[in-house]
Amino acid sequence: MSRLPIAIFLGFALLPMAAAFGAETYLLDLFMRVMIFAIAALGLDLLVGFGALVSFGHAAFIGIGAYAVAILASHGINEAWISLPVALVAATAFAYLTGTICLRTRGVYFIMITLAFGQMAFFLASSLAPYGGDDGLTMHARSTLFGLSPFKHERLFYYIVLACLVGCYCLCRALVVSRFGRVFRGARENATRMATLGFDIYRYQLAAYAISGALGGLAGFLLANATDFVSPAYMSWQRSGELIIMIILGGLGTLHGAIIGTLVYSLLGEWLSGLTENWKMIFGPLLVLVVLLARSGLLGLAAQVAAWWRKQHAEPQA
Amino acid sequence: MTAPVLRLEGLNKNFGGLAVTRNLNFEVAAGELHAVIGPNGAGKTTLINQISGLVAPDSGRILFAGRDVTALSVPERAALGLARSFQITSILPGFSVIENVALAVQARVGSSFRFFGHAAAEAALNAPALAALDEVGLSKRADALAGQLSHGEKRALELAIALAMQPKLLLLDEPMAGAGRDESRRLIAVLSRLKGRFPILLVEHDMTAVFALADRISVLLYGQILTSGTPDAVRADPQVVAAYLGEEME
Amino acid sequence: MSMSLLVVQILNGLQLGVLLFLIAAGLTLVFGVMNFINLAHGVQYMLGAYLAVMFYTLTGSSLLALVFALLAALAFGLFLEFVVFRHLYERDHLDQVIATFGIILFLNQAVKYVWGAAPLSLPIPELFSGSIVLLPGLTYPIWRLVIIASGLAVALLLYILVSRTRLGMLVRAGANNAPMVSALGVDIRRLFMIVFGFGTMLAGFAGIMIAPILSVEPGMGDTILILAFVVIVIGGIGSIRGAFIAALLIGLADTLGRSFSVDILRLVMAPSPARTVGPAIASMLIYLMMALVLYFRPTGLFPPKGR
Repeated sequence: MSRLPIAIFLGFALLPMAAAFGAETYLLDLFMRVMIFAIAALGLDLLVGFGALVSFGHAAFIGIGAYAVAILASHGINEAWISLPVALVAATAFAYLTGTICLRTRGVYFIMITLAFGQMAFFLASSLAPYGGDDGLTMHARSTLFGLSPFKHERLFYYIVLACLVGCYCLCRALVVSRFGRVFRGARENATRMATLGFDIYRYQLAAYAISGALGGLAGFLLANATDFVSPAYMSWQRSGELIIMIILGGLGTLHGAIIGTLVYSLLGEWLSGLTENWKMIFGPLLVLVVLLARSGLLGLAAQVAAWWRKQHAEPQA
Repeated sequence: MTAPVLRLEGLNKNFGGLAVTRNLNFEVAAGELHAVIGPNGAGKTTLINQISGLVAPDSGRILFAGRDVTALSVPERAALGLARSFQITSILPGFSVIENVALAVQARVGSSFRFFGHAAAEAALNAPALAALDEVGLSKRADALAGQLSHGEKRALELAIALAMQPKLLLLDEPMAGAGRDESRRLIAVLSRLKGRFPILLVEHDMTAVFALADRISVLLYGQILTSGTPDAVRADPQVVAAYLGEEME
Repeated sequence: MSMSLLVVQILNGLQLGVLLFLIAAGLTLVFGVMNFINLAHGVQYMLGAYLAVMFYTLTGSSLLALVFALLAALAFGLFLEFVVFRHLYERDHLDQVIATFGIILFLNQAVKYVWGAAPLSLPIPELFSGSIVLLPGLTYPIWRLVIIASGLAVALLLYILVSRTRLGMLVRAGANNAPMVSALGVDIRRLFMIVFGFGTMLAGFAGIMIAPILSVEPGMGDTILILAFVVIVIGGIGSIRGAFIAALLIGLADTLGRSFSVDILRLVMAPSPARTVGPAIASMLIYLMMALVLYFRPTGLFPPKGR
């Protein structure tokens, strides 16, 4: 792993100690949510950054994972070794089934269809009256692990989430350089060429789509435990849009860019919402500008600055 | 007599009201380099696209290596050993030269659903890739970014990719297009060396290349094969001369 | 399930369908001609509604409110086109999605800032208020019939415009090959602006017409936007005829599905589970329809040729 990702994870790891001097619960909660969304963002970066599959319904996977936990909890099933697999399977299955349709389409159609399926999940959750419907569902107990409650301890939960994030990051890294990842990335470069080599692109994209769904499901499992609450809003298309912005903001196709983007977006949002009630009026145009000007995100900007710096300080040739 | 590696039976293709391929019957024999020539608009690229599977014919059959592949998809035909190059070079510009070829090797050896391991470092994939690059003279550029190659180098890369597939039939769609004289000469030299190793269907405008390389030539006119035969026979055929108005046959 | 309820719901379905068509037509036109995916189209619809409320409060006249709101919506749409959108035509779709998403965030908040978050309402124009008797025992609000009629009139107008006028020919040509049209000496920028303006007006018009019967609130454009996406995906992106057929189909399916899902399910299962499963299936119905269509036709029912 190169230095930047290590620095990021180290930063997350050291946060609780720094937070002990200030508003510990608030900071731990904030950064834990950042990490949870970063897990989902990693899955999305896999699709968008490496596969050029702009999925606008990613929040649905988070929501499905979260609802799986909450619904089981409402029936008295709290054991993580049941609810986590269920969350993962549910999210992955939804990804696989919708993926079989979405991936038959290209370009704008794909964007719109993923948006529509995300909306379908949203409305489905809203219509589940026994599970809260529009108002959402409160979880009265967090997931337990063989009788123990690791998610009740702030710090322990925090480090569990960090471990998941690091694990997912390593998984995605491995995926991207593997044989599978190479085919998937090749499909983005030149799908026709890949087909004439003998690769049935559809199967690879479907697998990647399912994997990203699983990552979203994991994030959902953690989110439900972090907030003790699930609601259809978790799957709103605005959430899906925010996820896309997070990964672009950090830098598409870099993986740690997804984490950085999630961090910056969340912190910026927190800060701005503290300033004014109408922070979205600033945020909106800000996003437009980011897209129009800094298309390769913060990492891209940093690379440009670094290159400029190196040029300024290079030894002039005699 | 060995069976032809490729046989087209009664192929038809219409685009809108235009008949681009008309009741076409055609064969490529085992081991030969068979060139297809014809004036612009004769339907050459559509023919190659139908053979490789990018375009579905309206009727007719395509038999490849003894199998009816008419209903098979592009990847399925490629997996059976059908390799092709494109008139407008089609490579993976963001990948390195050797990775472009290694992917072709990877496709051939199967099991690409491996989620772990560093594919770019696999000797089992890189060695055959390097060998293919050697054949076309690109081994020195193995680590360069494919998108930064010169036009001629990209053409050679496409050839290396096709080679790495160890094809049962190689379809070449106007490989000389846009090539300067030196580049053409180099490509002709490479193709001469490859001749005989596997059958090649060469669609070309460049008559120097065609006559230097072809074992047999077929002339395509208005979506139909006008005539097929040895280069000398075709050159002398009055119908062909008339179709080309005598110009390109020099 | 009575006959009159069925007729009422069919009419409601037509009304929703016509509304969806008004919004989808603008979306599909803009996409077909400029290859521009405009998420902010929903806020045009919302703005139409808000402007109608505002002008009604100012003038007290429904007619004036309609005219001024339409003009203001058009002006605002053209302003957005000039300032933001025209810089995005050359960009890839992801950029367009992000940028227009940012505009949605901005405008939804701006609307809250200017008019407050509480839902507003607009009275139905005097002339069309009340209901008429369609059949014995069946009354239906006049305004809803007006919406259906005006929507069908707009559809007819669009059909005539696109297939019979020179402008329509340019639009169709531009949809197939904009650079070529430009090379023939047509001012592409102006053509795009006209197309965009027209699309914007359609959305604004839909918002104005619906304002008297829906509550006007921030974010009202978002849900209907996605429905409009489903419409144009099913209909075929770039096809107005496809948008019309798909819009009516979806309007009917959604309305009838929501009204009768429980009743239909009760034919095959007990009342209690039917009451839970019914609404759930109804909410997913149009998406399932979309999935079905796309499974067999990934580019929609009437994909424009040559794309």
